[in-house]
Amino acid sequence: MASVLVYAEMSQGKLASTSLELMAKARELGDVYAVALGAGAKAAAATLAKHGAKVIHVNEDGAFDDYIAEPATDAIASLYEKEKPDLILFGFTSDSREVAGRLAARLGVGLISNASDIEARDGGFVARVPYFGGAKVATMKANAKPAIVLVRPKSFEASEKPGAGQIQQLDVSVADGSKRAHVTERVAEASEKVKLEDARVVISGGRGLGGPQNFPLLEDLANALGGAVGASRAVVDAGWVPYSMQVGQTGKSVRPGVYIAVGISGAMQHTVGMKTSKIIIAINKDAEAPIMKMADLGVVGDALKIVPALTAAVKAKKHG
Amino acid sequence: MKIVVTVKQVPDPNSNLTLESDNSISRDREVVLDPGDECGVEEALQLKEAHGGEVVLVSMGPDRAKEAIRKGLSMGADRGVLVADAGLAGADALLTARVLAAAIKAESPDLVICATESYDGSTGMVPPMLAELLGVPQLTFAKRVEVVDGSVKVHRQTADGYQVVEASTPALITVTAAIAEPRYASLKGIMAARSKEIKQVALSDLGVEKSEPAETIEGLTDAEARKAGEVIEDDGTAVDRIVQVLAQAKVL
Repeated sequence: MASVLVYAEMSQGKLASTSLELMAKARELGDVYAVALGAGAKAAAATLAKHGAKVIHVNEDGAFDDYIAEPATDAIASLYEKEKPDLILFGFTSDSREVAGRLAARLGVGLISNASDIEARDGGFVARVPYFGGAKVATMKANAKPAIVLVRPKSFEASEKPGAGQIQQLDVSVADGSKRAHVTERVAEASEKVKLEDARVVISGGRGLGGPQNFPLLEDLANALGGAVGASRAVVDAGWVPYSMQVGQTGKSVRPGVYIAVGISGAMQHTVGMKTSKIIIAINKDAEAPIMKMADLGVVGDALKIVPALTAAVKAKKHG
Repeated sequence: MKIVVTVKQVPDPNSNLTLESDNSISRDREVVLDPGDECGVEEALQLKEAHGGEVVLVSMGPDRAKEAIRKGLSMGADRGVLVADAGLAGADALLTARVLAAAIKAESPDLVICATESYDGSTGMVPPMLAELLGVPQLTFAKRVEVVDGSVKVHRQTADGYQVVEASTPALITVTAAIAEPRYASLKGIMAARSKEIKQVALSDLGVEKSEPAETIEGLTDAEARKAGEVIEDDGTAVDRIVQVLAQAKVL
């Protein structure tokens, strides 16, 4: 039976949700061990036990929270020397990938990044990885031991299945030499204007909006949802809005959780810049528009009525 | 202050990608300086303008990667180093990081600036590997950088805002596209770039040995195309349905 070590990422005292998704997959691949570092690790261990961990290695040293990547790399490298897992799984998140990268370089083994699935085969592991702008999926065999694989969030569904759940104190002390990239302040900023490329929600407008005077309707909705406003090339070329808002082949590529296309027909030039969005909602007068054939939800109707009503409904739901 | 910026030549985002017979992404035509690296070069130039020093561009790639370096030089960087070696075709992230680390060590910079991830590979694994191999701290996802007296302070973008992260130099930072709007190369800059040095080094000059790649591509299949979902006529209830979908997607 292969042994799999899951890096259970902690985020401000809480277990990152991707960690439990990794646990569900790890159970299919072998005996599951987990490591949780920083504030809240012991409480997280109890949850990890419910999700199938045989052993959970914990250490609640605050240095894991306050210094980027290096303390965690030290701890996992020392755990690796003791336990020699066959596979180490990380979420493909901004915090985990920094630790995984340093660890792989330290162990001299390389890694497979951005995987959407993984399976055991012939005593090793193969991963499936989106490739070529997402148009293809590559099957990649891991050559290194240990195999280190980073998996995209939301690739697997978390589910409970109790494991032996033995909690062990990971006996490491963080060296001063690893206390370097120091997090001195954490700032939440809901109010700062969200950048198009980074937004969780993007609302884009096209010719169907009728004219530049109607773009503020999209901004109101974006503000209500904490999102950003984009545009099709047609309206940028027409001078309604600046080029910086253009989404598509010759504009920006975005991959938000939700993309709302308002009055956009869905020409290839536009869709290459947004087709990997998780959820696509289209609002258009034309039921035959190409965008309707790729949207998760297509609404045939008058955008100038629907958008303000939607903004009001979002605000009501947020405050209600 | 000496700043190294890692740069990469990538397929032009405005052109269609094609695949070679061995399934690697075709990089033989319409290549440009990675747009993310342009932001890194811009930030380096701004730091140089504020603090003085030198900006060195380091790249790994075939001969034509010189064009990407030249682009950065025309923006104002001082000189370039290109590690070009036939043995590096198909290098994985770790080999890339080992090669770049060896080339960068020879420069002993105060600061190494990388893009958060490349435009074509998009995995973002080289910077943390590079930081580890250089033995320096990493300050990542920076949307703002300040350098004061031997230390660097960044605003590190997070899901709900940012963290302030500080470290002593030497250090490696990765920058997001939010860091700075890349300047256009002036005609003067383009002319000046022609005479700037691009030092070409081989694998053997760096003392780096080729390693087995971490992964082998066994096959490619077409990704699932997006399927049509639910299409509804707005009869006055469409807003409720949209709100439901937004809630399910956890953005509301």
